[in-house]
Amino acid sequence: MELFLDRLVIGLGQGAIYALLALALVLIYRSTGLLNFAQGEMALFSTYVTWQLIEWGLPLALAILVSMGLAFLGGAAIERAIIRPVGDVEHNSLSIVIVTIGLFLAFNALVGWIWGSDGKIFPKAFTSTLDLGVTTVSWQTLTILLVLVAELAVLFLVFQKTKLGLAMRAVSSNSESSRLVGIRVGRMLMFGWGLAATVGALGGSLYASQLTTLDPSLMAVLLIYAFAAATLGGFDSPLGAVVGGLIVGVVTVMAEGYISWIGGDLKLAFAFVLILIVLTVRPQGLFGKEQVTRV
Amino acid sequence: MTRLLEATGLTGGYGQIQVLFGIDLTVDEGEVVVVLGANGAGKTTTLRALCGMIQAKGAVTFDGQSILGRKPEEIVRLGVAHVPQGRGTFADLTVEENLRVGAYVRTDAEIGADMDRWYTTFPRLAERREQIAGNMSGGEQQMLAIARALMSRPRLLLLDEPSLGLAPLITRGLFEQLTEVSREMAMTLLIVEQNANLALDIADRGYVLEAGTIVTSGTAAELKSDEAVRKAYLGY
Amino acid sequence: MTATSASSGPATVGSPAPPTGLFADPRRLAVRVVVTVAVGAVLLYLPQYFPAFRVGQFNIVICYAIAALGLNLLTGYNGQISIGHGAFFGVGAYTTAILVADHGWSHFATLGAAAVIAFVLGVLVGIPALRIRGLYLALVTLALATVFPQIIKRFSDVTGGAQGMRVPKFRAPDWTGLKDDQWKYYVLLTFAVVSFVLVRNLVRSRVGRALIATRDNETAAEVLGVNLAFYKVITFGVSAMLAGIAGSLSVFNDPFVSADKYGINLSIILLVAVVVGGAATIFGPAFGAFFVVFLPDWLPQKYPQLSPVLFGAVLILLMMVAPGGFLGLVRQITAWAKLRFRSSSSPPPAPSAVGETAAITGSGDELASG
Repeated sequence: MELFLDRLVIGLGQGAIYALLALALVLIYRSTGLLNFAQGEMALFSTYVTWQLIEWGLPLALAILVSMGLAFLGGAAIERAIIRPVGDVEHNSLSIVIVTIGLFLAFNALVGWIWGSDGKIFPKAFTSTLDLGVTTVSWQTLTILLVLVAELAVLFLVFQKTKLGLAMRAVSSNSESSRLVGIRVGRMLMFGWGLAATVGALGGSLYASQLTTLDPSLMAVLLIYAFAAATLGGFDSPLGAVVGGLIVGVVTVMAEGYISWIGGDLKLAFAFVLILIVLTVRPQGLFGKEQVTRV
Repeated sequence: MTRLLEATGLTGGYGQIQVLFGIDLTVDEGEVVVVLGANGAGKTTTLRALCGMIQAKGAVTFDGQSILGRKPEEIVRLGVAHVPQGRGTFADLTVEENLRVGAYVRTDAEIGADMDRWYTTFPRLAERREQIAGNMSGGEQQMLAIARALMSRPRLLLLDEPSLGLAPLITRGLFEQLTEVSREMAMTLLIVEQNANLALDIADRGYVLEAGTIVTSGTAAELKSDEAVRKAYLGY
Repeated sequence: MTATSASSGPATVGSPAPPTGLFADPRRLAVRVVVTVAVGAVLLYLPQYFPAFRVGQFNIVICYAIAALGLNLLTGYNGQISIGHGAFFGVGAYTTAILVADHGWSHFATLGAAAVIAFVLGVLVGIPALRIRGLYLALVTLALATVFPQIIKRFSDVTGGAQGMRVPKFRAPDWTGLKDDQWKYYVLLTFAVVSFVLVRNLVRSRVGRALIATRDNETAAEVLGVNLAFYKVITFGVSAMLAGIAGSLSVFNDPFVSADKYGINLSIILLVAVVVGGAATIFGPAFGAFFVVFLPDWLPQKYPQLSPVLFGAVLILLMMVAPGGFLGLVRQITAWAKLRFRSSSSPPPAPSAVGETAAITGSGDELASG
C-alpha cells in the first residue's frame, strides 16, 4: 500500500510537470487552432534564459518572472513575424505545422549554440519535503501543483469573464466573423502566442528546478508526454490539460512500476499508445468540445 | 439625404481569378438597397470587397471616408456591420456570448439593454440564450447573426444572401422583422439576394449583377416592371 | 437574357482537345530523351570520378531520396502529414541488420522482408490515421518517431540498443571489377530509379488521381466514388514501404545501426527533404535529399551545430516564400517564362495544373459562390 502511495505521489509529481507544458499547448490551440510542435523548445529557450538571469545574480523567483515577461514578447513576435506570413490556420495548417517544426529545430540548435550542450546546474526552489505519514511529498511538487491551480484559475477568469477572453474564444471559433465584429484578430493571435510562451517559460523553469540540471534534450521527450496529456484532456480545455497531465503521470508511473515488462524505456511508448487510443475512440478528449464539422 | 456608401469602378476577385469588373453603386442613408443576381454573378464578392475582406481596386467611400484597402475590423468600427453568407455564427459560443461579442466595438453602458431588446424582438433567441450557437437551426442562426450585427448599432447593415438555406416562410418573416427594425433604428440596409421576389418587396432601390458587372439598376418598382428582370429573376 | 456565370474554368469549349500520347509532341519527347540520357550519363559516371568518401555521401542521398519519395507520396500527393518516417526507415534498417548479422541472410533477400514489414507497419499506422485529422496525425507520427529509438533500446539484446550493431559488409562481387562504394552506388541507384519510375507511373494513373483528389477535397472525392479509407491506408503502407526499403538499403551502404540514428531528427530531415525539393513533384525528393545531405558540408567549419538551425530557417522561409520548394520555384519560373514568350493563339494553362503544384499549402484561396 505504501508503495502504491509512493508511486501515486511520484506519478502526480511527474504528471504536474506534463500538465505545465500541456497547458501551453492547449493555450496555443485554443487561441489559434494550431498544434505548436515548437512549444517545448520555446520553453527550453526560456528556461535557459532563466538560468542565465540567475547566473547574472537574479534570485530564482525574479528570474522566472522576468523570463516569463520576455517569453510573452518573444511569443507574440514569433506569431507576428513567422507564423502569420505563412497564412491562416483554416487553409494552410500543413504549412504552419512545418514552420513550427522549423522553429523546433532552430530553437533547439540555438540553445546548444549559445549555451553549449553540457548540462547546467539549476537551483532547486525547495529542498524540504512534507511528511504525510503514509508517504512524503516534496514541497517542490506541491508548489508545482499550486502553480497549476493558480494558472487554471487565472485562465478561467480571463477566458470566461473578460472581454479579451471572449474575443480570443471568438477568434478561435471563427476568425472571419471575428473581424466582422471588429476584433483585431492579429492582436489576439499575438496575445495567444505570448500567453502560451509565458506559461511554457514558467513550466520549463519549474521543471528544470525540480531536476536541478538543464541540457538541450530536456524538452523533446517531455513534449510527447505533454501532447499525450493534452490529447487525453482535450486540446481546447485548460482543465483537461491539467487533469490529463496528472492522469498520464500517474498511469505511466504505475505501468512502469507494476508491469515490469514495460520498464523505463517503454514508458513513452505507453504514452504514445494512449494518444493513439484516445484519438481513435474519443478525439475530443475528456473535457474537450466535440468538433462540429461544418459541411 | 447623405450618401452613405459609394463604390466606383470596383474590381476584384480571388487570386488569379477576377470576379468583379468595375461595379458602381451608391447607398443613401435610410435606404434599403438590394443587389440581385444569380449564383456566380459576384454578389458575395461585391460585399466582401466593400468590407475589406478581399483585395479590391477602385474607390469605396463610407460617409465620405475612403475605406478601400482597410481591414474589415477597421471598417466595422466606422459603423458598418456585415452578416456574412452562411451566417458566420460563432458556433462554439453561446447565443448570449454571440450577442455580447457583437457589441465588441462599443464601450457604452447600454449593451445589456440592447441585448434585452433583441431578445424581445427575437424570442427564440431568448429561449436559447445559454445554448451553444452551433446547435441551432439555420433560421435561428440567421436570426442570431442579424441580432449580433445589430448589437454594434451600425449605420449600415450589409446582408449576404440571408435567405440561403432557409425555408421561404421563415425568410419572409425575417425580412419583415428586418425592415421594421431598420426603420426603428434609422439604419441603412444593403442586401445581396438571390431571391429577387422577397428582396424587391422590401427594397427601395436595386441593382442587377451579372458576370461581375451591373446590368440594370433602378427603384424597386422599376425593376419589378422591367420585362427582362421579371423573366430572369422573378419568374414571370 | 440569362444570367451568365462569372466563375472561371478551363476555357476549352470550342477549342480542340490537346493531343495525347508519347509521340504526340515529338519536340517535347526529343527534349526529354536528351535530358534523360544526359542525366543518366552523369549519374553513371559520378562514382568513377569522386573519391570513396563522396560516393558514400551520394549513397546516403540516394537512400534519403527513396524515403523522401515515399513521404512525398503520403504528404504531397495524399495530404496526410507524417513526422515519423524515420521510424519506418529504421524498421527497414534493423530488419536488414538483424537478418544479415544474426541469421545469415543475403543483403538482397532482406530487402523483401524490410519492404513487407514496413508496409504492414504503415498500414497499422494508417488505419487509426483514418480517424485522426491533419494536425493530430502529425502529432501521432511525431510520437512514433520519438518512441521508436526507445523501443529499440528496450530490446537491446536483439538490436544492440544504443551501442548499436555491426553488420557484415555488403561487398562488391569480383566479376564487376568495382570498388565497394561504387558497387553500392550502382545497386542503390538501380533501386532508386525503379522506385521513382514506379511512383511516377502510380501518380499519373487512376490510382494517383484518386489520391490527389482525396488530398484536395475529401468530400468531393468520396462523392465521386473514391474509396477514401482504402486509398488513405494503402498510401500510408506504400509510403512506409518505400521508407523501409530506403532504410534497408542504407545498411547496404553503412554497416552500422544504432537506436539514435533513426529518431526524430531523421524524420524531420526527411520532411525537410520533401519540402525543400518540392512536395507533390516526382523529382523534388531527389533534390531535397541532396540538399539535406550536403548542406552541413557547405556550412563554415566553425559552426557545425548550426545545421539544424539552418534547416529550421530554411523550412520557415520556404513556407513563407516558396511553399512549392525548389521544383515549385522552377515550375513557377518556367510557367512565367512560357506565358511571357508564348504566342497568343495557344490556350491558357488549364487550372488543373494549380492542383499539382499547390504543394503543401493545399487548395489556396476559396471561391465563394456569387
